[in-house]
Amino acid sequence: MTHWLTAPILIPMLGGILQTFMGYAPISLRRTLGIATTALILASSLVLLALADDGSYRIYAFGNWQPPFGIVLVLDRLAALMLVMTSVLALCCHMFSIGGADEGNRQFHTLFLFQLMGLNIAFLTGDLFNLFVAFEVLLIASYGLLMHGGGTVRTVPGLHYVVLNLIGSSIFLISVGMIYSVTGTLNMADLAVKIPQVTGDNLNIVKAGGMMLLVVFALKAALLPLCFWLPKAYAKATAPVAALFAVMTKVGVYAIIRVYLLVFGNDAGELANLGMDWLFPLALATLAIGVIGALGADNLKSLVAWQVIISVGTLLAPVALGSAASLSAALFYLLSTTWTVAGLFLVAELVAHQRGSARDRIITAPRMRNRKLLGVLFMMGAVAAAGLPPLSGFFGKVLILKSVEPGPQMAWLWSVLLIGSFLTVIAYSRAGSIVFWRTVDGHLEQPEPVKGKVTTAAGTLIALTVVIVALAGPINRYTDATAQQLLDTGAYTEILQTSMVGEDD
Amino acid sequence: MELVYALVIGALTASGVYLLLRARTFPVVMGLTLLSYGVNLFLFSSGRLSTGQQPIIGSTTAYSDPLPQALVLTAIVIGFAMTAFVVVLSLRNLADNNDDHVDGARPESATRGKQDEEVSDK
Repeated sequence: MTHWLTAPILIPMLGGILQTFMGYAPISLRRTLGIATTALILASSLVLLALADDGSYRIYAFGNWQPPFGIVLVLDRLAALMLVMTSVLALCCHMFSIGGADEGNRQFHTLFLFQLMGLNIAFLTGDLFNLFVAFEVLLIASYGLLMHGGGTVRTVPGLHYVVLNLIGSSIFLISVGMIYSVTGTLNMADLAVKIPQVTGDNLNIVKAGGMMLLVVFALKAALLPLCFWLPKAYAKATAPVAALFAVMTKVGVYAIIRVYLLVFGNDAGELANLGMDWLFPLALATLAIGVIGALGADNLKSLVAWQVIISVGTLLAPVALGSAASLSAALFYLLSTTWTVAGLFLVAELVAHQRGSARDRIITAPRMRNRKLLGVLFMMGAVAAAGLPPLSGFFGKVLILKSVEPGPQMAWLWSVLLIGSFLTVIAYSRAGSIVFWRTVDGHLEQPEPVKGKVTTAAGTLIALTVVIVALAGPINRYTDATAQQLLDTGAYTEILQTSMVGEDD
Repeated sequence: MELVYALVIGALTASGVYLLLRARTFPVVMGLTLLSYGVNLFLFSSGRLSTGQQPIIGSTTAYSDPLPQALVLTAIVIGFAMTAFVVVLSLRNLADNNDDHVDGARPESATRGKQDEEVSDK
């Protein structure tokens, strides 16, 4: 039992509590402490990544309760990957926010850190009810962050977001109750053992519970019938918040990977691969609707918000297929798309500041300032997001395409993904050429100068696509190993055998 | 007891869903509250219904499961905080838009139209 597992949860919690009491401290002190906390989270995530890379499971049982009786944190390769991805993203977003976006609300840093705490609990937990609690922690922080910066434009999308997620929480609780009433456990490893033994009428209860759970995760991940809350909410949020929210849909994807591969995986008897035959067509439909939305977007931020939906569809299609190769490809693409989309949100905000009253709307406007720098950043982000070579999105999509076995699924995936990517390229080139190239004569009020911090943050996230390409070999080896580990559910359930008593003596 | 219990959960959930589908914030908040009551009762029943039993195995022939009670307690606390938040948000919506419709305005006078007029007036 290693205590390192609690670090990514305790650090933001203590940092957040500290910030709560510092609302009236000088803003520079709050910013320094906030950034330091986020940097510490990144450091601890890297330690956990190094620990997890040996392929074994590490658990932390609260109060030394023998699993499955207490709540456990479980670290494996997937959890470590998600932690590192989130903390790199969080550091960039936090750096962007201290460029001025954190003014106007004394508790911005508190909410930001609590949001990270919720995300990290969700990635580390090995208990279904604890996952619910993690969702609530990250959601209540996200409600606050979404409304941050005020303005009446955020009230209505914020209200929709909150009400929808509250309904989602209710459905989560119902499905947890259904599963518990039959299996008598909520520990994921124990569920993986108990679910295959369920028989008779109880089977239908667990099946209904499992499908309702899929609805909840699909709502978080913004899968097709449940994705229409996302574009408005994300497009209206402050840029660093929208960029951080790029990882919120990935929490839903993570939960689907974790729960459905482990609990309803290949070994789950009659409930094996529950819901996966629904997930595949829905994922492709999500991809298609995302592309349509991107083509119709009238400002850069909603274009990027629709890109979030496109990437959810692209991610969940290979997850639904469930082979080792397709899971590995999905994880590779997950890393690439999360950072790219977040970077594009930040670039869109920078562009909006340089265009006077035209903001980030896709209309012709007087020639903007700092066109070269922002144009290059936007183009790199667009190339990576649309999946053109030579940036990371291309490699992610090639891996996904290669991982499908020949058959009708391959035909569907190839055609939807390739046509979708082509139309995405059109959407980005239309937006980019209107915003950066087509200019009209006119007077532009003196814009704010481009600040170093915010540009570095946006530039770093965009540059990460190049880093992913440079490190594609090691990253792909890691995601391959992660996929193998995910499919070997027998190893996960062995954490139940870990003996707890007297270990620390 | 089971039948009455199930009917209560069903009634609470049905009225909750009905109220949620009203497009005004007050009924929506009420609907969320009723739905969470129904959900809490349902979660409580997942440990089986029994009266006067101890939550200790082996002390009597039948026992009551303590875990759902702990889960319900957590769910109540979270649900209470969320309801408080959504009430504040609804009031904010009412103050910002002078309307308690969940879209900020009734469909015939869309919010965007109003804002555009304000911008052009300036």
